[in-house]
Amino acid sequence: MTSVITERAEAPQSLFPRLEPLLMRVSKPVQYVGGELNSVVKDWSGCNVRWCLMYPDAYEVGLPNQGVQILYEVLNELDDVLVERTYAVWPDLEALMREHGIPQFTVDAHRPVGAFDVFGLSFSTELGYTNMLNALDLAGIPVESHDRDDSHPIVIAGGHAAFNPEPIADFVDAAVQGDGEQVVLRITQLIREWKREGRPGGREELLYRLAKSGGVYVPRFYDVSYRPDGHIGSVVPNRDGVPARVSKHTLMDLDAWPYPKKPLVPLAETVHERFSVEIFRGCTRGCRFCQAGMITRPVRERSIDTIGAMVDAGLKASGFSEVGLLSLSSADHSEIGQVAKQLGDRYENTNTSLSLPSTRVDAFNVDLANEFSRNGRRSGLTFAPEGGSERMRKVINKMVTEEDLIRTVTTAYAQGWRRVKLYFMCGLPTETDDDVLQIAELARKVIEAGRKASGTKDIGCTVSIGGFVPKAHTPFQWAAQLDHETTDARLAKLRDAIRADKQYGRAIGFRYHDGKPGIVEGLLSRGDRRVGRIIKQVWLDGGRFDGWSEHFSFDRWMNAAEVALAHEQVDVDWYTTRERDRDEVLPWDHLDSGLDKDWLWQDWQDSLSEVEVDDCRWTPCFDCGVCDTMGTDIQIGPTGRKLLPLTVVNGKNS
Amino acid sequence: MARVQRQPDAREVAPTVQRLRVHFAKRGRLRFTSHRDFQRVFERAVRRAEVPIAYSAGFSPHPKISYVGAAATGAASEAEYLELGLTQRRKPDDVRAALDDALPPGFDVIEVVEGREGSLPDRIDASHWQLRLPDVPAATARAAVAAFLAAESIPVERVLKDGRRTLDARQAVVRLEVVEGVDETDQPGGYAILEMVVRHLTPAVRPDDVVAGLRRVSDLPPQLSPLVTRLAQGHLDETGRLADPLAPDREPAAGSLSESAV
Repeated sequence: MTSVITERAEAPQSLFPRLEPLLMRVSKPVQYVGGELNSVVKDWSGCNVRWCLMYPDAYEVGLPNQGVQILYEVLNELDDVLVERTYAVWPDLEALMREHGIPQFTVDAHRPVGAFDVFGLSFSTELGYTNMLNALDLAGIPVESHDRDDSHPIVIAGGHAAFNPEPIADFVDAAVQGDGEQVVLRITQLIREWKREGRPGGREELLYRLAKSGGVYVPRFYDVSYRPDGHIGSVVPNRDGVPARVSKHTLMDLDAWPYPKKPLVPLAETVHERFSVEIFRGCTRGCRFCQAGMITRPVRERSIDTIGAMVDAGLKASGFSEVGLLSLSSADHSEIGQVAKQLGDRYENTNTSLSLPSTRVDAFNVDLANEFSRNGRRSGLTFAPEGGSERMRKVINKMVTEEDLIRTVTTAYAQGWRRVKLYFMCGLPTETDDDVLQIAELARKVIEAGRKASGTKDIGCTVSIGGFVPKAHTPFQWAAQLDHETTDARLAKLRDAIRADKQYGRAIGFRYHDGKPGIVEGLLSRGDRRVGRIIKQVWLDGGRFDGWSEHFSFDRWMNAAEVALAHEQVDVDWYTTRERDRDEVLPWDHLDSGLDKDWLWQDWQDSLSEVEVDDCRWTPCFDCGVCDTMGTDIQIGPTGRKLLPLTVVNGKNS
Repeated sequence: MARVQRQPDAREVAPTVQRLRVHFAKRGRLRFTSHRDFQRVFERAVRRAEVPIAYSAGFSPHPKISYVGAAATGAASEAEYLELGLTQRRKPDDVRAALDDALPPGFDVIEVVEGREGSLPDRIDASHWQLRLPDVPAATARAAVAAFLAAESIPVERVLKDGRRTLDARQAVVRLEVVEGVDETDQPGGYAILEMVVRHLTPAVRPDDVVAGLRRVSDLPPQLSPLVTRLAQGHLDETGRLADPLAPDREPAAGSLSESAV
């Protein structure tokens, strides 16, 4: 690795001395001090390209984010590149920062975000958009892209929400779709060259070079025209050499990219206190509501020996006592049984626990869960049938029958599990009250079977319900979202049905949220550039932390929409509860997730006729388009290999 | 009714064979960690350092670590203590080095000794604190200290778990003085550094209670964010000094021990 330093820049002063007295006056000050184990502070002037990464939510949510941790490590491994992190500050500190003129800072070296070359934000959810605007403003970076000059960082969005970045097109300079590991290196290289050449053409030229590379979407180089009725007419490039469609990035060979190697271990308490290893990326189960499953294809497994080595190294580097094996459907790994058994053997009696989030409804998963609970603690198991009725599950292509579910929970209760948690969605396409009321019926049967299997009444199940939000790049991208009034009424009927059940009702817990936040999420997830004005208005009106119920205000969003869309032919309903036609130009059509639009439409039609589609890992390819378009292929085992045996270590290891 | 009650397997819990007492500091930006934060960080450091820590029995085994009177969030400290139970014997100084390596800079392990007779908490009944008051001229601080010491009692209010309580800030303070300071004339705002010895009472009188007391009897500014550091803890003897709580554990003959701190 060459590290010729082509630029000597004065390091900005640490803001910490000015921040420190203010921290005495805010809640949980530890979240702002950095100092995490495995965090890295590099010499500013010794680097050519400087990234600031943000997860636009509170530190306790943002710190564990895998995407940010992976990119932090990948970029910091380059000699002439430094990366620091920043998170959203709570309103108490924001007020003090504004009062004392302290800009948005990184937690690593408390440098001002505005001093970096690139400001990259990872959006898992659209509800972080207002936090981005607030961070930009606190950083002294103009919130609108066209107001920035050469002194400001390039603002780049990534993460799942960046698959439709149109609502934030006015605020970001660029957006990237898909896996970040390789594209951040490519972006770094382009910035390094441009700086070495003396920044020819300023920021506009750099953005043009990024756009021309084909893998970076720069909204300013695309013109959107609207028809008189408010629909999008077209989205076309306005510069030569800029691709008509921008492709997503797909990392092949996860074994070659075993990150995170050195997970960040925070001082503060965060939402996930564990070392997480992604055991595969992508999912082809084909659940039609699931944006993650659609945009991350194809399935690429990490092999059993890489998983074993990563778990070992990660635990040693972090001191965590829990390992999470992550993916979109972890039990689908071709060697999950062996992974579970061999990790269980390795960590038996070490007070290290293993967890497997995201599993299917399948008796096999109870065996896995047993493997992961050898120390005897069997508290709760979670399954996600998603749809309450058989018909609904066909519509969404969640291929679970009622018998599957009952068989699975019977096994679980018989083996000593006390509580089963069931996830469902409300507001799915074609759904009626009856479909949702069948959730109560299903829960009754679960308790009935559980009491029989365990021989005790001391068992329970929790029904947890989320509102369905149609997302871009899924077969439901054309679907009408259910209005929040009907969602709430339907959930109230379900709640009453469960409560009215004298025999089983008390064994069934019921958790749900009201439908209003889902409407805002829906507005943002399928919005176009005009929705950006609403986001800005909400932020100006004080909107921040929209993912937090105590900070979210539906009325603020609706009032802002009224102001921002006053002179438009469209309104919030047009974006949310309206079904789209086949020939409508969707705001994200120029962003290529690899999925063939005709295939998506066909799958949407199949959904309406309750036709299911299988998984291409064990049935022939059904031409979703991803592998052909992206030049990728399914990468799965079994490899037949074993976890690498651990070397015996005496005393300390480095 | 037959309950399907799972018991933890009858796996044996390794017994504690050695008790180690740890003296550590909480410095710099780590002053902002809470005691819970420190506990999590320390338990991970124990795992990383491969210290053979003993665990309690049961469904949720806990590492055997006892903490002694932690300094509050926002306060730095040169004198924090805890005790470890080990399942295998280790040289105290090896454990000191391994833990210090595994902890983030700012949590610094100063000394580890093998626990002998007597309990550690019994050897600690007072703390020596330093308070840095930015933007407070030395003369103002001296006047406040004099007024504080002249008072019989100074009631201050604090919100506790069980509602508002009134504490006597004066009663717990054994010693209080301005040890360094600069007046406004020499520097804008000036500054003052106070030191004090405070008895551990129930409910505890904390440094910010003393600051509240100082404010009550003087014209210190209301928006005051003192930087607080605990300099020492120990038993308050007749001469008004604090005895080192680890002194009784130190074997005079042992050559491998690190130098005593402070």
